[in-house]
Amino acid sequence: MAVEPVCRQTNLLLHGYLDNELDAARAAEFEQHLAQCRECAGQLAAQRSLRSALRESNLYAKASPALARRIRSDLREDTEKPSLLANLASWRWLAAAASTALVFFALWRVAPQLFGPSQEQTLAAEIVDSHVRSMFPGHLTDVASTDQHTVKPWFDGKLDFAPPVRDFSEAGYPLMGGRLDVLDGKTVPALIYGRRKHVINLYVWPARLADSPQASVSRQGFNLVHWIRGGMEFWAVSDVSREDLEQFATMLEQ
Amino acid sequence: MPNSEERARFEQVVLPHLHAAYNLARWLVRREQDAEDIVQEAYLRAYRFFSGFHGGDARAWLLQIVRNTSYTWLQRNRPQESTAEFDEEVHSGSQTPVNPETLAIESANRERLNRALEELPPNFREVLVLRELEGCSYKEIAEITGIPIGTVMSSLARARRRLALALAGESKQEAAHGS
Repeated sequence: MAVEPVCRQTNLLLHGYLDNELDAARAAEFEQHLAQCRECAGQLAAQRSLRSALRESNLYAKASPALARRIRSDLREDTEKPSLLANLASWRWLAAAASTALVFFALWRVAPQLFGPSQEQTLAAEIVDSHVRSMFPGHLTDVASTDQHTVKPWFDGKLDFAPPVRDFSEAGYPLMGGRLDVLDGKTVPALIYGRRKHVINLYVWPARLADSPQASVSRQGFNLVHWIRGGMEFWAVSDVSREDLEQFATMLEQ
Repeated sequence: MPNSEERARFEQVVLPHLHAAYNLARWLVRREQDAEDIVQEAYLRAYRFFSGFHGGDARAWLLQIVRNTSYTWLQRNRPQESTAEFDEEVHSGSQTPVNPETLAIESANRERLNRALEELPPNFREVLVLRELEGCSYKEIAEITGIPIGTVMSSLARARRRLALALAGESKQEAAHGS
């Protein structure tokens, strides 16, 4: 009974010892006590096995790749867009050093990158408008078919490239048909997919930029996922949840 | 708003701790979908406050934000859970002999550990998750949770005791079901 108050203190120190957080003097003191106290020796053994049970049980929850993508896309959206003026200012020293022609040439080369993000935003807005228009009665499909072998040939002769047309009925995203739309002054195909009672519009055209992974944005309550793969640029837009739309995009990427 | 240079630095310094962030949130709110939303929100907050981070332990800095976001979320969505007090000592008498707990620990498997850990009050759960799963030092635990560094050791002692008791309680229940 006389040992109890000592052990109450030691019960605490035991944890510091277990966690390797005692300084050398206190650790040595505790080790001395440990040699004499059966209760502490038993506790320490029990705590060590609890620790290994915790560490060996795979309890660590890892983040999904989809979450990493969502965060990266948030970061992109929340980053200051390079302003044209600031960039022009930094080009000015070059103007002094080089000929005016060179500067014009340089500007001409970098302009698409300077305008890149805002151009993408304009495009996203256009895509949402186009999606909304397609929801008007009778506007959804030019060719209504769940058969990819009917939808794909329908585009022949209307475009100078062949959009990939696949059906994902089994995964819960049935193909509903196709349509031609105009985006950014170009004629582009829209493929229509169903998701429960919702509609997904998928726009595809040959890409001018290198491959880039999925990026999600939302606009006016609609979700958009954008990616470039195998030389084709894809935009999926819908009022389904972001998760559903990303799942859809991931299937298309495979 | 951060510029693209800051974004690159953030992605290099803070993004690698995504698993740690998710693990903590997942254990605090116990549901994957909610944890994902919380981590996403926490990352955006961290990004906006990144200019206030002057080097040092990026993981602890991020986990502090994840923890705050999780508790705010719990308060808003499950107020009864977030109010559990740290000092609520259910078995403070500590008269129970060590043996049944020791036995319970030795026979603990993944499901039982998972359940016992999930049923602890969040304050106990978080110090255990930070120490045993995340491998944080006392200093880091103090920084993340705001517990004074001098009391991290006693917090862990109590949390471990509660976990052992929960495991012992479970094995008693199982024995009762078995008979």
